[in-house]
Amino acid sequence: MSREILNARRLLCPLPVIRTQDKVKQLKAGDQLEVICTDPGVMQDIPAWCRINGHKVLETSSGDHEYIIILEVGA
Amino acid sequence: MSKQRKAVALISGGLDSMLAAKTIMEQGVHVEGINFFTGFCVEGHTHAIKAQNKAKPKRNNSLWVAEQLGMKLHIVDVIDEYKDVLINPKHGYGAHMNPCLDCKIFMVNKAKQWLVENDFDFIITGEVIGQRPMSQRKATMPIVSRESGADDLLLRPLCAKNLPATLPEREGWVDRDKLHDFSGRSRKPQMAMAEGFGFDDYAQPAGGCCFLTDASYSAKLVDLWKARDGDKQYDLDDVMLLKVGRHIRPGQNYKIIVAREEGEGRFMQGYKKEFITLHCASHAGPLVLVDGSPSAEDLFMAARITARYGQGRDAEQVDVSIADKDGSERIIQVKPFAADEIPQQWFI
Repeated sequence: MSREILNARRLLCPLPVIRTQDKVKQLKAGDQLEVICTDPGVMQDIPAWCRINGHKVLETSSGDHEYIIILEVGA
Repeated sequence: MSKQRKAVALISGGLDSMLAAKTIMEQGVHVEGINFFTGFCVEGHTHAIKAQNKAKPKRNNSLWVAEQLGMKLHIVDVIDEYKDVLINPKHGYGAHMNPCLDCKIFMVNKAKQWLVENDFDFIITGEVIGQRPMSQRKATMPIVSRESGADDLLLRPLCAKNLPATLPEREGWVDRDKLHDFSGRSRKPQMAMAEGFGFDDYAQPAGGCCFLTDASYSAKLVDLWKARDGDKQYDLDDVMLLKVGRHIRPGQNYKIIVAREEGEGRFMQGYKKEFITLHCASHAGPLVLVDGSPSAEDLFMAARITARYGQGRDAEQVDVSIADKDGSERIIQVKPFAADEIPQQWFI
């Protein structure tokens, strides 16, 4: 299992979702991805994208105008 | 046992594409959605920028549709490829800078490419004959099918009965009798169908989903191109900045963008290394970006406009900070413009 970080700061939705989607394609099931964003819309959009595509959101957090989502890649 | 057929549905986030996908899913076909991000999509960006919208978090409608339907959604970044569609539309523009027919052909063509790469069988869209004056007419339906290269792999479930049978219908992958014969601008059949499926929170159909159909946005885009001596190339930041702020062009060589509220100001802060920025130092006021090559005199003018939109608008003198791209900053004193001193033709 690996853990990677995706810097999606300054991108507005749906670009953080697209970057997440593209990054996840390079990962294996069970890998984790930490996505760091500045668009608060990701707190809805990335979990929604994970739900429909079979990935799991492990943690979300926010502070200082940054929004972080940690997800685990599904099978 | 017959092969499980697979369709890719163009999902805009609106009701029609949702119903089209649902119609085909109901027939036992495996459907996945595809959504194209051109850079001009209305939803998402402006909602994210404006602070006033934070009380009601906005969803991405295409993701919402996919979740309601229980299907996968693939969102594809087509920003670069889309430039040629916008700059050189074979079929021309609509009422504004919207190349709707070329756009539809482009998206169906992209879906066709995706279909081949992913071993899917056919494409579905939510098009309805007569729904849109430019891209959804009886005469344009075959043009989209032919010029996209999708030909009879393109099925429009909501109006299929008004069109010749496509390959999925002829081959029995879908039952034509269970497709629809909608036409015209009325939304009633779709709304009734949505009610039947229990969809009650779908995106309202009246709103456009593309900034290029907006008169004000189109005017800003045309102005941008003119200011660049007709060079129509653009990047995502150009497109983004046309969505925010009040745009004022006092001269051909420069334009200023005045943040209209806190969220826009915060968003524009991210461009401080790419633009000269101004803000009122002695009073509260908006962030202002200067695009172009302003002279010292132009910056003085920009400062007076900046002061006009701050809380010192009625003061005799306002201190305005001018920051260069490298961060160096100076303060000048200006008299704010009165409301009627800014010529109307400066507003883009």
